Parts: sequence; structure tokens; C-alpha cells
Amino acid sequence: MRGYLKWSAALVVALMVMAACSSEPTDTGDTGDAEPGATLAFGTSADPVVLDGALVSDGESLRAIDQMFEGLVTLAPGGTEVVGGLASDWEISEDAMTYTFMLEEGVTFHDGEPFNAEAVCFNFDRWFNFPKPFQQADASYYYQTVFGGFKGNPDALYDSCEATEDLTVTLQLTRPSASLLGALALTNFTIASPSALEEFGADEGKINADSLFQPTGTYGTEHPTGTGPFMFVEWTRGDRLVMERNPDYWGEFEGNVDELIFRPIADGAARLQALQTGEIQGYDLVDPQDFETIDGDENLQLLNRPAFNVGYIGFNQAVEPFDDKAVRQAIAHAIDRQEIVDAFYAGLGEVAKEFMPSSLEGYADDVTEYEYDPDKAKQILEDAGYTLPVAIDFAYPTDVSRPYMPDPQANFEAMVSDLEDCCFEVETKSAVWSPDYLGNVDTGKYGAYLLGWTGDFGDADNFIGTFFQTKQPAWGFDNEEVFTCLDEAEVEPDVEARFGLYEECNRLIMDFLPGLPYAHTEVGLAFTANVSGYVPSPVSLEPFSLVTVGT
Amino acid sequence: MLGYVLRRLLLLFPILLGLSLLVFLFVRALPGGPAIALLGERANDQSIEQINESLGLDQPLPVQYGRYLKNVASGDLGSSVRTRQPVTSELSRRFPATVELSLAAMIFAIFAGIPLGFVAAKRYGGVLDNVSLVASLIGVSIPVFFLALLLKYIFAVKLGWLPTIGRLSLTVQLDHPTNFYVLDAILTANWTALWDAIKHLILPAIALGTIPLAIVARITRAATLDVLSEDYVRTARAKGLDPRVVDRRHVLKNAMLPVVTVIGLQTGLLLTGAVLTETVFAWPGLGTLVLDAIRFRDYAILQGGILFFAVIFVLVNLLVDVSYAFLNPRIRYR
Repeated sequence: MRGYLKWSAALVVALMVMAACSSEPTDTGDTGDAEPGATLAFGTSADPVVLDGALVSDGESLRAIDQMFEGLVTLAPGGTEVVGGLASDWEISEDAMTYTFMLEEGVTFHDGEPFNAEAVCFNFDRWFNFPKPFQQADASYYYQTVFGGFKGNPDALYDSCEATEDLTVTLQLTRPSASLLGALALTNFTIASPSALEEFGADEGKINADSLFQPTGTYGTEHPTGTGPFMFVEWTRGDRLVMERNPDYWGEFEGNVDELIFRPIADGAARLQALQTGEIQGYDLVDPQDFETIDGDENLQLLNRPAFNVGYIGFNQAVEPFDDKAVRQAIAHAIDRQEIVDAFYAGLGEVAKEFMPSSLEGYADDVTEYEYDPDKAKQILEDAGYTLPVAIDFAYPTDVSRPYMPDPQANFEAMVSDLEDCCFEVETKSAVWSPDYLGNVDTGKYGAYLLGWTGDFGDADNFIGTFFQTKQPAWGFDNEEVFTCLDEAEVEPDVEARFGLYEECNRLIMDFLPGLPYAHTEVGLAFTANVSGYVPSPVSLEPFSLVTVGT
Repeated sequence: MLGYVLRRLLLLFPILLGLSLLVFLFVRALPGGPAIALLGERANDQSIEQINESLGLDQPLPVQYGRYLKNVASGDLGSSVRTRQPVTSELSRRFPATVELSLAAMIFAIFAGIPLGFVAAKRYGGVLDNVSLVASLIGVSIPVFFLALLLKYIFAVKLGWLPTIGRLSLTVQLDHPTNFYVLDAILTANWTALWDAIKHLILPAIALGTIPLAIVARITRAATLDVLSEDYVRTARAKGLDPRVVDRRHVLKNAMLPVVTVIGLQTGLLLTGAVLTETVFAWPGLGTLVLDAIRFRDYAILQGGILFFAVIFVLVNLLVDVSYAFLNPRIRYR
């Protein structure tokens, strides 16, 4: 027994000593001079789903695809201005039904195949003709949102694509759309190598025993092939996705990262610790409670992604008394939004006065504003004939933190306190965020509810168009004036006139007050101090080809 | 013995049948469904209906269950709602990581727990015994999540000795013939990778193994105390046997029977309960897979994963029962 004891003790001690003796930086952490050959490991909150841009809608898939693929247009780094990508220039016809793109010369896909107009049309035709299983919203949400539907669907926006010259491509639409250009900057519409799509069976599958479609190709898991600055190397699900620099990249590669690795680390505290140990050099979605730690560590740095979201209280006008504008106005005056933003957004929030961030064109400075004034709220209700307090139901989600509401319960409690101090009697409701809470909101089960939205691309249509262009159970109203305004703005081909229309829509909306926007929030990203060149983007289009890892 | 093992294996079928029904109903009793879990704020009536229809979730429950059973009988556990990959390939890809971690945790628990319990019993009532009791109480009580973060903070962030995430450093290359990284490193004689894989195992194994360690130590202590008071131990000592021989041949071996039972049960629990540890250490095993499946209401993964856990649990227990016969020849199975 004594021998056994000694052996056990020796084993434990030996392991610890060996670990201590070999305690070189535990991972890549290249801290040498800024020179080609750097490796950068980035902590993500989850694994990608699949590496085929047309078939995903989650941020982690899009982030990875973004490094390997490019679209016809993109957004300027750090902003929402549409700039050329694989297309150097473009023309939009006066009726906004024909888009002509002039393509960059000398571009090749990672498999060596040339990029040209035929490749572009191959991709557009592929999306339009997706097999039925890929036409589900979980697979091709953004295609359906932007293009309305697939072949055979009368609502489909896409009509045809023609390679008018080797490097000139013409998209024909079935109806006018002025928002398409901005939407084409979405990672979902990046161009893939036609030969790789075919060779690795991107759209192939079999019907399994469940009568469900089972992809059999390896394109999206082992052979994603685009034109981007990084090329796919390997993907071990749950562990790492490895990409390497594209030596034949046609564009400018300003940084020095030769190897880019995404590591899924679901837990926020674990991501921070991995950054502190140098196992990763950066990560996204920093927990607000970690800001102080990162700020106080000279080896780390905190970057803020510009606000491109909105947190709001939704009012369902199908539920009384939210059908009464006076009640909605009184709620808006009863809540001290500034205090909430100051208290719960770790210095990254600002009070929202409309349903889209000010960085977007179409934002109106002169919308109706609802300052904090409980007396005015009471007066409005009394003038409308209500006996105080007015009973309302109000819901919040649990088990969730979103950039636009890091702590929903804290927001909610502060709001309820304001409402009850003023002139309302609140019946509290709550549910687990996903899928219960979201399901209840979508089906119109709540009267008032906390919710929000993070934009996908730089167009007002992606905010107020998404919320208010049609009648929806969550909002429960039918306001032709608002619907028409948004319809007209969506198809207006003249850019300036279009922005003017959206401004007008914002004025209408904030006067009608279908909900109360209360916060726009920046999002925190953390890096080791030796990383530079990372440009946070409001829509998370953040190329690592700009990044330098150095001393 | 063979008959006994076969009977136990046959019993697996009714157990799994009952369990499959329970799991099937349980995952569907969870509020919501895959559509809203997948689309989040972007879900609407139309997309929810579309996804439910494509997944067959618009069918009556008995129809869904019947189809599920038929598929399972033919070895098809379905496909993940999220990744569309076959459940069997997802499970088999993650299984080695979980087994490796659980075995490492169990080795830690056994090699630290048995000596601790034994020494405590030998020094019954003394300082060491009391220290061991308090330590095992803390071990059982401390939340795994907290312990994991604490260990990482001390040994990785502050001391820089050990890594905090994953199974292998990014700079280390290793071929994966089996996907058990320690084994792979040995098979390919890649000693750098072997040491790196062991370093990645140390902290998660300690975090995961602390509760079993405490339990093993307490059971060892209690069983050793029982055996120490047996007549045959006194006789052995009286006839002048070396105390080390008495401890090894008579005390420890006889005290091991309940310890082995506990080790078996704990191993089953470790294999199926490493969710928190895997999450904190970004360990790509079954625990994180099932956790994601709950998050995304990935019914197929969830059902397949739980059934898989059940089979493992039953098989580990069978192994424990069979091992009794080797420890105590008086035990016979019919």
C-alpha cells in the first residue's frame, strides 16, 4: 500500500512539475515583430453550422464565410456605405429592375478557376433553383427575405441573370427594388466557385429514413471555395476551423495573418481566460461585467462595435388598452429611458429615439420625441378618460442576453417601477427567451413586451421595413399610411429621394408609436494588445486580412 | 457467467424502448420547437410552419414516434436539425473526447481517492482522518463550474502552467487514427502531442474528477474501517505477517468491493454528466453537443444522445457487476 501511495503522489507531483517546467505560452500567441507568418486564433461563441453562405443565417457561420468569400458589393470597413467588392462598378436602371455589374479583372477562385460573369450567374441561378429542402427558412432565410422566393413563386424578385460580357453581368428583377444593392453586401450572397459547388455536391443529398433531406456533398463542410483573402484548411467541429492566407488574393491584404483559426468557446468567462493565457488573441461578445478586467489589463485591449441594433418595448395593438394611442404615449412619457441606459449598458448604450440607428441613411432627426415626464403621462391618461392606475400586461424574456438588452430583467424591473410609480398597474409575464418567449411574441400573446433587433445590412429597410411594412401579430396594427410609405421607399430608385422617404416613414412611425425604442448599444470585442488593424463593423463584416499581429 | 451477461444485454432492449418513449415525449414537451430556436427574432408564422412541415413535426405524435422507432431499429438515429449531419456521425465524432476526459477524471479520482480514504481509515480519528473528511465534503459540495474557473484562474491565467481550452494546442500537429488524442499520440509515437494532450486533460480531469474523488475517498474509508475490524485481519497480524502484506492482501482487496461499485457508477455518471466541465473548457465532447441540442431544440441529436448515454450507463454497470466475480470468487452469477 505504501508503494501505491508513493506512486500516486509521485505521479501527481511529476505531472504538475512537468507542466510547470514546460510552461511556455500554451498556444499560438505569436508576439514577434509584425511580419508575414503570424497566426491569429479568435474565440467565437459557437461553431459555424455549415460553410455555405447561401444556407446559413447565424453569425458564426457568416463570420467564417466572410473571410473566404466575397460578394459583388460589400460595405466600407467599419461602416454601412456600399462599396465595390468583386464588382468594380455598377448601374441601376431608372425603373430599378435591372442591375448591371462590371466585375474585377484577374480574380480567381481558391481552386484556380477564373472568376467571371458566368460564375456570378451560376450562383444566382443556383439560389433561385434551390432544391425544396434548401427552400426552408432555416436554410435560406436571407435569400427568401431579400428575393421573396424561389423559382415558381410569384413573389420572387429574381428574374434572370445574364453574362452580357466576360466581366459584365446583368441581373433582371421582376419588380423594382432599390434596397437590393445594400442587401447584396450580405455574406449570404457571396460568390462560390461553380466547379467546386458541382464537384463537391453542394446541393446533393438523399431522402433519409425520416423522409428528410440529408445532404451528401462535402462542399459546405470540407471544400468551401471562394475568392476571399483566406482559404479553407480544415474544420474539426467543436474544436477549430483553420484557414490560411490566399497567396493569389487579387485584392489588398494589409495585415500579416497567415493562419487564421476560429475556436468555439461557448462560455464568456472561458473566452476571457483563454485570451488572458494567450491561447486566443481575440474574441467577440465580451460580457459587460468583463469590460473592467480587460480595460485594466495592459496586455489586452477592448474595441467597440458601433451600435447597429435597437432595443424596444413592442405594443401589440390587438390587445387592449394598447390600441389606444394615448396609452402608448403615456407609457413613453412614464419611463426614464436615459436612466435605464446609464444603469444597465456599461457605458456602451445610447437612448434610441426611433427604430433604427443614426448611422443609417433615412434616419430622421426631427421625429416626435417622448421625454421622461410622469406628470404628462398621467395627464394624457386622464384626458383620455382613464381611471388611474391603468392595468396593462408587460412581458420580458429570461435566460438571455442580447447586445440591445444585456440584462432584460433589470431593464424590465426598472421600467415596471417607473410605470407603477406613475400611473399603471403592471401584470408581469415572462418566459424563457428561445423558443417560448419569441414564440409568444410572434403569435401576439403579449400586450407589451421587451424585444430588439440587430441589423443585417446597411439599409433602413432592414430595420423599419422588417418591423412595420406589413401587418404582423406581434404589433397587431393595420396602418395603411405606414405600410404605403415603406412600400414606396423600398422601390424608390433615386437614392436621395429614397432616404427622404425613409425619414418621412420614421416620422410617421414615431408619431403613431407602435412601440417604444429605448436603446442602441455598442458590442465589445477583446484582443491582446499586440493585435492591430481590426475594424469593428456595425454589421460584423470584419475582415481579418486587415489585421496585424505584432509586438 | 456468460448466460448472465447475455440476459443483462437482452434486458437492454425493453429498457431502451421505454426510455426512447420517455425521451421522445420529453423533448416534445419542451416549450417551443426547432423553428423558433433556429430563427430567433427572425421567425414568423410562415417560416415556423415551413420548418415544422419539413421536419415532420406537423404529424401526430404517435406517427412521429412510430417512424422514429422504425428508423432506430434500422440503425438510423436521424439527422441534426441544425447541421443536417447524421446523428450517428455527430455522436461518434464527439464520443472519444468525452471518454478520454471521463477516464482521465476517473483515474485522478481513483489514484487520489483510494489512498486518501485508506490513509484516513488507518489514522482513524486522527488529524489526517479529519482533514480527509473535510476535504471530501468540500469536494462533493463545490460546484464543478466554479471549481473549473478557479483552477483555470490559478494554474493557467496566473501561473501559466496549463492551457484552458480544447484538447490540443494549435501549434501541435497530430494524426487522429482513433480520435482518442492520448492514444493517437502514443500510436503515432508523437511525444510532443502526447504531453500536450495530457496537459490539456489535467485541469478538466481534476474539475470533473473532484466529486468522484471525494465519494471514492469516503467509501474507501468506510469500507477499510469495516475490514480492519474483521477477525481475519487480526489473525493475519497475530501470526506475524508483514503489516504491508496485511494491508495489501487482506484489507485493501476486501475493501475494494463497494469501492468498485462506486467507481463504476461514477464512471457512468462522468460519461454522461460532463456537460458543465466540457462547456467551461471548450471540450468538444458529447456534453457540449447535447447542451447545444437543448438550446436549438435539435430533437434528433437530443434523442440520439440520451439513448446513447443510456446504453453506456447500462453497459458500464454490467461491467461493474461482472468485475465483482473477479474481486470476490464467492460471488457467482446465474
